[in-house]
Amino acid sequence: MDSSTLLGITTFTYLFAAILYLIVFIFKIQQISKVATWFTAFALLVQTLGIALRWYESYELGIGRAPLTNMYESVVFFAWTIVALYLFIEWKFKIQAIGVFTVPLAFLAMAYASMSTNITKTITPLVPALQSNWLISHVVTCFIGYAAFAIAAALGAMYLLKKRSKAPETTQSTGFLASLPPLQTIDMITHKMMVFGFIWLTAGIITGAVWANSAWGTYWSWDPKETWSLITWFVYAITLHARYTRDWGGSRIAWLALLGFLSVIFTYYGVNFLLSGLHSYGSG
Amino acid sequence: MKTNNPLWKFFSSVNLALFTLGCLAVTSIIGTLIPQKETAEFYISSYGAKTAQFFEILDITSMYTSWWFLSLLALLSMNLIVCSLDRFPGLWRQIQADNLQLSLDRIAKNRLSASRTSSLGVKEASIKLHELLSARGWKPQSREKDGALLLFAQKTPWSRSGVYIVHLSILVIFAGAIYGQLTGFKASILLPELQSSNSVYSYKGGEPIDLGFTVRCNRFEIDFYANGMPKEYMSSLTVLENDQVVEQKNIEVNHPLKYKGITFYQSSYQGYSDFIFTLAEENGQPETFTGPYQKELVWEKENIRFGIINLETVRDRVIRMKIWFNDGRGTPSQFWLENGEEAKVQRPDGTYIFSAKQRYATGLQVAKDPGVWVVYAGCALMLAGLYIAFFLSHKRIWLILRPEDAGTLVEMRGSANKNRTAFEKQFHELADDICSDI
Repeated sequence: MDSSTLLGITTFTYLFAAILYLIVFIFKIQQISKVATWFTAFALLVQTLGIALRWYESYELGIGRAPLTNMYESVVFFAWTIVALYLFIEWKFKIQAIGVFTVPLAFLAMAYASMSTNITKTITPLVPALQSNWLISHVVTCFIGYAAFAIAAALGAMYLLKKRSKAPETTQSTGFLASLPPLQTIDMITHKMMVFGFIWLTAGIITGAVWANSAWGTYWSWDPKETWSLITWFVYAITLHARYTRDWGGSRIAWLALLGFLSVIFTYYGVNFLLSGLHSYGSG
Repeated sequence: MKTNNPLWKFFSSVNLALFTLGCLAVTSIIGTLIPQKETAEFYISSYGAKTAQFFEILDITSMYTSWWFLSLLALLSMNLIVCSLDRFPGLWRQIQADNLQLSLDRIAKNRLSASRTSSLGVKEASIKLHELLSARGWKPQSREKDGALLLFAQKTPWSRSGVYIVHLSILVIFAGAIYGQLTGFKASILLPELQSSNSVYSYKGGEPIDLGFTVRCNRFEIDFYANGMPKEYMSSLTVLENDQVVEQKNIEVNHPLKYKGITFYQSSYQGYSDFIFTLAEENGQPETFTGPYQKELVWEKENIRFGIINLETVRDRVIRMKIWFNDGRGTPSQFWLENGEEAKVQRPDGTYIFSAKQRYATGLQVAKDPGVWVVYAGCALMLAGLYIAFFLSHKRIWLILRPEDAGTLVEMRGSANKNRTAFEKQFHELADDICSDI
């Protein structure tokens, strides 16, 4: 059993769990709702083992490094943080419906990681710039932030869908959207996720700056990756100010959650493939 | 600070903050799409002469230091300062407020409420409640009011300042960056092995900057992984003052050398086409020579002639070399030597230790930034501020104790300025908890 097998099992378990979540909500079969959660938790466990095993395998190869250093590994870790955070929210707020929107996201990330021909899955050693103790703290802080923003965007989409189904001509929301949590609750959790993500993104930018300073002697050099992370930070800063001081909520915040996540995706993915810069490690 | 000055109102408004942050976000994109700080020719050939001229006028080619981008940052700072000055006095009053002074009607307007009856008299109930609340971290004060006894307790009133701490932290980071810009420098140097320098070359314009000491590169090495990827770049550096060695360190990427506030970072290297040889008699003092490929060198003292007669290279990197070594006695020795390795040369009259390596120059990035600790302090302050702003709230509870026929009616009211759902739960738990004991 190697790490790729475990991560392959993870991908299909996420797919299966996503289908279960959909079935629960479309056909309202509450009896199997716990099964969906258990499958997701099982997949997370297998994924955790897969990541740990990959770490171990890197030592076997004489390389010995955390599995967080290229696009493949970061996408896998992204899926991991999304699901870990989602399961926490499901447990904390006792709302299962969010799984319909987030577990497929984790599945898509895993499917992209394993099937894309753009990114390599082999364990390669680290170039000198990446050999730093800041690596783990920088990647982990950033990805907790990204995961929170991903969930906020999923909630934003959920909010907008639910809101649309309640259009004036149809007095009652129809279909499975009716079983989604009340708009107010979705709005509240979206906001909480953005706050949570904002703090971790801030920490991610700071750890990145400290690392850059210890490697190159400049904590900020307006490299495209840095700049896009700052743009993302501005988007969420604006969103939080609009909420606190202008009392924005509902659809506007939901749209901003989606816009913010677009910026996250561009920072994380777009910059590596579309722009050039210092931060080119993730593109291989 | 309340004022009707329209300029003050403009600079303290949240709309200005939203506008400035929006402008910063949108304009920042430009510099990620258009390569920065390239040569004029680059822009002309990539974008055409007209567009290149337009870039020139608006400083698009180094936009993050352009007058308009810096103005946006200045506007943001101004906004932060004025808005904080505008709101802080009111905030301070809220933190310092005497919450026992509020009228009972006003207190009754707080959303959270619970009431219980106690068989104890007002006085006993009050003493008991003081104890119970203190044990739970609420330090109550009390005052008699309109025939009732009013108890008040609060937690983390200062947490209201969280958002101002975040604002302050941004200003601290800016201050650190400006301080670093004014008092520090960014420079670089390409230092060949065995050479030293007492100045480095500024990024801005390339003029030399005197270090005030001398730095010498003793040796540069690259380590490779089995697959050919570079594993580590290492430079052995020595710092000298008045020809005295004061510091010695092997630097690697991520592990710079710091001396008197100036930091030397491993950043690049260049392979030369000459070589460094070290020769010694067995148990003797080694001597160092430098020379190019296929040139005969002489060690006068021992009357030895030597040189490289063949090379094996990968791109500009020498892997091994064939050495020719002649001490005039018998046939000259010829042998292959791995780059940087040592060989024992057996000759009729004795044994020599011989080593040779390709000569490199190490590329060092040199920075002096006294502002960096201010920036880091700002970063720490920002994280602390964000935590306070989002996760701590100013929680207040009032208890109104009124005498009743058989004891005391305890009316409890509460409010929190943030995270109200969580506080609601906490409030009712507290109400059940303390009232079950009186």
